Amino acid sequence: MLFFLFRRLMQGLAVMSVISLISFSIQDNLGDPLREMVGQSVSEAERQALRQEMGLNDPFLVQYGRFMSRAVRGDLGTSYFFKEPALKVIMAKLPATLELVFGATLLIVLISVPSGVYCAIRPRSWLTRVILGVSILGISIPVFLTAIFCIFFFSIELGWLPSYGRGELVSVFGLWESGYFTKDGILHLVLPCFALASIMLPLFIRLIRSEMVEALHTEYVKFAKAKGLKKARVYFVHALKNTMLPVLTVGGVQIGTMVAYTILTESVFQWPGMGFLFLEAVHRVDTPLIVAYLIVVGGIFVIVNTLVDVLYGLINPTVNLARPAQ
Amino acid sequence: MKKIFKSMAGMVLATTLAVGAQAATLKVAYDSDPVSLDPHEQLSGGTLQMSHLLFDPLVRWDQDMNFEPRLATKWERKDDLTMRFYLRKGVKFHSGNDFTAKDVKWTFDRLKSSPDYRAIFEPFADLKVVDDYTIDLVTRKPFPLVLNNATYIFPMDSVFYSGEDDKGQPKDRLVKHADTFASRNASGTGPYIVERRQQGVRTDYKRFAEYWDKQSPGNVKTITLTPIKEGPTRVAALLAGDVDFIFPVPPNDHDRINRSARSDLVTLPGTRLITLQLNQDRVEAFKDKRVRQAINYAINNEGIVERIMRGFATAAGQQGPKGYVGYVDELKPQFDLEKAKHLMKEAGYEDGFSITMLAPNNRYINDARIAQAAASMLARINIRVDLKTLPKAQYWPEFDLRSADIMLIGWHSDTEDSANFTEYLTACADEKTGWGQYNSGNYCNQVIDGMVRSANQETDMAKRAAILQDVERTLYEEAAYVPLHWQNLAWGAGKGVQAESVVNVMNFPYLGDLVVTQ
Repeated sequence: MLFFLFRRLMQGLAVMSVISLISFSIQDNLGDPLREMVGQSVSEAERQALRQEMGLNDPFLVQYGRFMSRAVRGDLGTSYFFKEPALKVIMAKLPATLELVFGATLLIVLISVPSGVYCAIRPRSWLTRVILGVSILGISIPVFLTAIFCIFFFSIELGWLPSYGRGELVSVFGLWESGYFTKDGILHLVLPCFALASIMLPLFIRLIRSEMVEALHTEYVKFAKAKGLKKARVYFVHALKNTMLPVLTVGGVQIGTMVAYTILTESVFQWPGMGFLFLEAVHRVDTPLIVAYLIVVGGIFVIVNTLVDVLYGLINPTVNLARPAQ
Repeated sequence: MKKIFKSMAGMVLATTLAVGAQAATLKVAYDSDPVSLDPHEQLSGGTLQMSHLLFDPLVRWDQDMNFEPRLATKWERKDDLTMRFYLRKGVKFHSGNDFTAKDVKWTFDRLKSSPDYRAIFEPFADLKVVDDYTIDLVTRKPFPLVLNNATYIFPMDSVFYSGEDDKGQPKDRLVKHADTFASRNASGTGPYIVERRQQGVRTDYKRFAEYWDKQSPGNVKTITLTPIKEGPTRVAALLAGDVDFIFPVPPNDHDRINRSARSDLVTLPGTRLITLQLNQDRVEAFKDKRVRQAINYAINNEGIVERIMRGFATAAGQQGPKGYVGYVDELKPQFDLEKAKHLMKEAGYEDGFSITMLAPNNRYINDARIAQAAASMLARINIRVDLKTLPKAQYWPEFDLRSADIMLIGWHSDTEDSANFTEYLTACADEKTGWGQYNSGNYCNQVIDGMVRSANQETDMAKRAAILQDVERTLYEEAAYVPLHWQNLAWGAGKGVQAESVVNVMNFPYLGDLVVTQ
């Protein structure tokens, strides 16, 4: 196991340096950061002087070398806009994004598991048809439309829920500001979490349903039923447990998609998280922040995928990733 | 169903109004945020909006484009080069220090070292302190725009910004995009103090108890400013009652805001001109005046305003908008397709030609769609346009390279004066003076440049206006470029927010004077 983790760490570092190289080499195509920083009437000569001062005129390899030598010391550069270390800026926004993703995941689990199981057990009931019908609709509507519709309906027409931002926050152990402990914070979470969950929900409902249907047809479930075990036990312990493995795999892959969709959701709801920060950084050509974001997200990917692999081993011991391939 | 919605909306409205009555707070959502609390770091709308809250200028523009005394109570011209300003007495800075002439001098010297503001203050030789409450602004040559530029002097607290901060850096340090004392701390004489600031997320302002302007009717005690970049989100926040004042309102949402029982729309004709520039160095045909005129005749400015801008712009036939000194009433937008075709034929381009066109797609209101419309209008006189649009971050480097035959640009005069348009957009390119920096058409007419130079030294305002009107006429006859329209401005305000009285064409609402009722 330790060897496996070590190998994963090495792979992760390799992935990250490739990401840094790529994001560093695209920065010339993102535009001129100086244009965003100075007033329009500032002369070209002034801008050149500033460019020189900031080291933007140096050759690519010099700039990259300078970046890497700082990066190994944990310094990913200083954001032009925030005037603070890029890593610090991103870490300050991380809790907001994590809380959003957590809320969305919670909604997905709470809704997709019962409805997926129900659809498998009662394939012909009217409720099943409704659930599957709505989930097709869910797959085909882009997340920002769902978000705008939610805002229109629940914020403007009904006035029940706030339309943007995170609302009232409280500090948790002085570590991060959380919206989960105030009523206002929770109200602000509802719409963005729902919008973010809406893209994954249909997928998971359908996946759990089809896996469950398959499990219900296996011999051991039939045997368990024949033995006279309680229905709930058969469904939720015997059958459901075995549907979870593929669900977990898909879930791991979907984390990536989730990161992409947080950018959209955060931007519509003005959610002060990492995704929104990234989009703004692109608009402002805040290159140090863009590079740092890509590296952090790359790191999150590596960690999550490693965790999924480890969980695999725990759920199904026959999968042994630590053993080298024969 | 609808009834239920309405009654619920009513209930929600009633509760918000009740809350509003107790505390005169204002929640503002703009599309951008000042980059720093240092008023000299960046010349931008966001910075100027902030400067009017935290600091106070010597003089400011009123809604009719006249000068209104602020920290300067009166002024008089001493001679061709000198303007004397008398300063207001008994004014306190946020730190408690007294405001005197030495603060103005200090601020002026700092402005002269700011990369963004240096150019504006270039015509000034010195600011002389006469006594504690009198200063002389001295220009190198006779200069007509002394008051225009005085609107940019927001005196800073020279004592507060003296010495070193806890990092050992001088407190008055002015560096772009660096973590300086002035970028995080402010002491001005303005109506508000920053209470809390999370850059890019929100800023809380609190009214300054000792603000000098006791006549001001403003009753807003606290302001929270949230930048909301997405137009639909900003509008939704206003309609839902989550914010009270927004800018800008996208043209598509004007009706919704007007119809809502909760909000009002406030509009003003704006001063930002949108133009197309025809690059004569890249396209031989553009050297022919008749071709340039044909293009002007082929493009239907009114049509673009009506269809694409939904009536929310003023079709332009010249650079400076109505109210500017150079404005000439007769210069109307030209649109005559037959005449355009005829001119093309006369110039020998009946069969037309192919050109490239580049426009930004997130800089000006509907910029990409305006460019598309113009391109399809040019197709009717057989000019085939290969149009590409880019986000602004990528657009400006291309613009600097003059990399397309026609390029779109918008311009707002920093000095609220007609000459500024010519200096940047239509003058011969000159790296030394910076003239023609945004003239991607490479149009060059020494006569016009000479006229603008003489206007810039003419302190007789009537004579000066005549020269600048001549400039506009000549550019019009020469079809030097294609004026499209001036963008209008639109703010959305909750009921009870009396926004009409504090907004202006420069778009720095004087929120210190804002009255919120109910």
